[in-house]
Amino acid sequence: MSADFRAEKNPDAGAVPKRVAFIKGRTAARVRKEDEDLVMTVPHLVVREAIAFMAMVIVLALLSLFFNAPLEWIANPEHTPNPAKAPWYFLGLQELLHYFPPIVAGVILPALAVIALIVIPYFRVNVKREGLWESSRRRNLIGVCAVAGILSVLLFLYNVYAMLIPTLIVAAVMVTPAFVRRQGRILLWLGSRPLSWWIMTWFVIVVVVLTAIGTLFRGPEWSWTWPWKEIY
Amino acid sequence: MRETFRAITRSQAWRSVFRHGLPLSNRTRAEAVFYNFFLHVHPAKVRRRSLKFTYTWGLGGLSAGLFIVLVASGALLMLYYRPSVQQAYGDMKDLQFVVSSGQFLRNMHRWAAHAMVAMVFLHMLRVFYTGSYRPPKEFNWVIGVVLFVFTVLLSYTGYLLPWDQLAYWGISVGTNMARSVPFGLGERISFLLLGGNIVGENALVRFYVLHCFVLPVAAMVLMGIHFWRVRKDGGV
Repeated sequence: MSADFRAEKNPDAGAVPKRVAFIKGRTAARVRKEDEDLVMTVPHLVVREAIAFMAMVIVLALLSLFFNAPLEWIANPEHTPNPAKAPWYFLGLQELLHYFPPIVAGVILPALAVIALIVIPYFRVNVKREGLWESSRRRNLIGVCAVAGILSVLLFLYNVYAMLIPTLIVAAVMVTPAFVRRQGRILLWLGSRPLSWWIMTWFVIVVVVLTAIGTLFRGPEWSWTWPWKEIY
Repeated sequence: MRETFRAITRSQAWRSVFRHGLPLSNRTRAEAVFYNFFLHVHPAKVRRRSLKFTYTWGLGGLSAGLFIVLVASGALLMLYYRPSVQQAYGDMKDLQFVVSSGQFLRNMHRWAAHAMVAMVFLHMLRVFYTGSYRPPKEFNWVIGVVLFVFTVLLSYTGYLLPWDQLAYWGISVGTNMARSVPFGLGERISFLLLGGNIVGENALVRFYVLHCFVLPVAAMVLMGIHFWRVRKDGGV
């Protein structure tokens, strides 16, 4: 590859008008700077790692001095607490269980999430890193609106407002750069995000919202309870 | 003093352990990296750019650091804990009131475990948003996703061990979710995990073995592969 092509660098746009980069599909596209500043791993990196680790242990130790791990009464199969809650990282799933049948909330959705995470690097759409509205604006706009619309209707039918509201907000922010003419820095940046970025961001927001609701806002019979009423 | 120190670092006994001299020249600093088992995951030289904290936010390294804290505190907790319905809860009470610093030890383990779930998730987000999963690192991303699942499973299996109401019903809710897998598969998975139909003595022993042996060893193997591949693909 390097024998066939030679990259020419020149700040004068007249002399070298366009720069063409050949990127093999197998490797990541990144600019490799010449004469990069290298430092010795010992001590520069190792010392920083040691400091970061020790700082973390100090924070953990302080946390452990002031906050005790919970320990309730001995397990009693006869007495079910209301509500019975899973560990916090599963409360997003438990919140879903409140809306959907168990097979959907407990199996299909988490399985889809894990599969989606695994296949991320194998999708061309991620490698391409192109803003949604840079080319084929019309087609993408119709596609995004259709998917977001169908999803919203489904969520509305199941009364999943905890997912509906984040979905609508993300979709609205997503299409804004396609309509606004005069774009500031933030809109320009949003407009240049690829599809994969939006899907991941939507996923993370939904996970955080569901987990927060399940952890903080659910009381007896999984009813809506304000966290300051009683912490479960 | 100085002479004694020199004599020690030059002695055969010292040299048999540390095969390089003190890291005072660039040559011995490089040797300190590739003659050291623990440091050889690093290259001898790194880009100055990658030293910046915001390059990785230290999330992967700190996740590994939390794993070390968890193994250390977990091993100490194992000295005082017996995985049986008769004794488990009493041992927790002993840790709270009888064992010196027992409560502190438990707190460390608990908070480090919660922190690790969050830290690994944040690490995954960082890798996604910097596009660090792109070829040739795509399989390492897959290993990373599996490691995240393992982290959650480790935390989940440990959740039952205190054998209090929180543990018992948290695990019951979780295994009931697994039961909804179709074609009778869910029932089998749940039965295999619990060693029965309800959370009882068998479940406690199974979760204990998974938590203290099977999952940590599997996670360590995967971490080894994960770090090795990071290094081979030109990471720090």
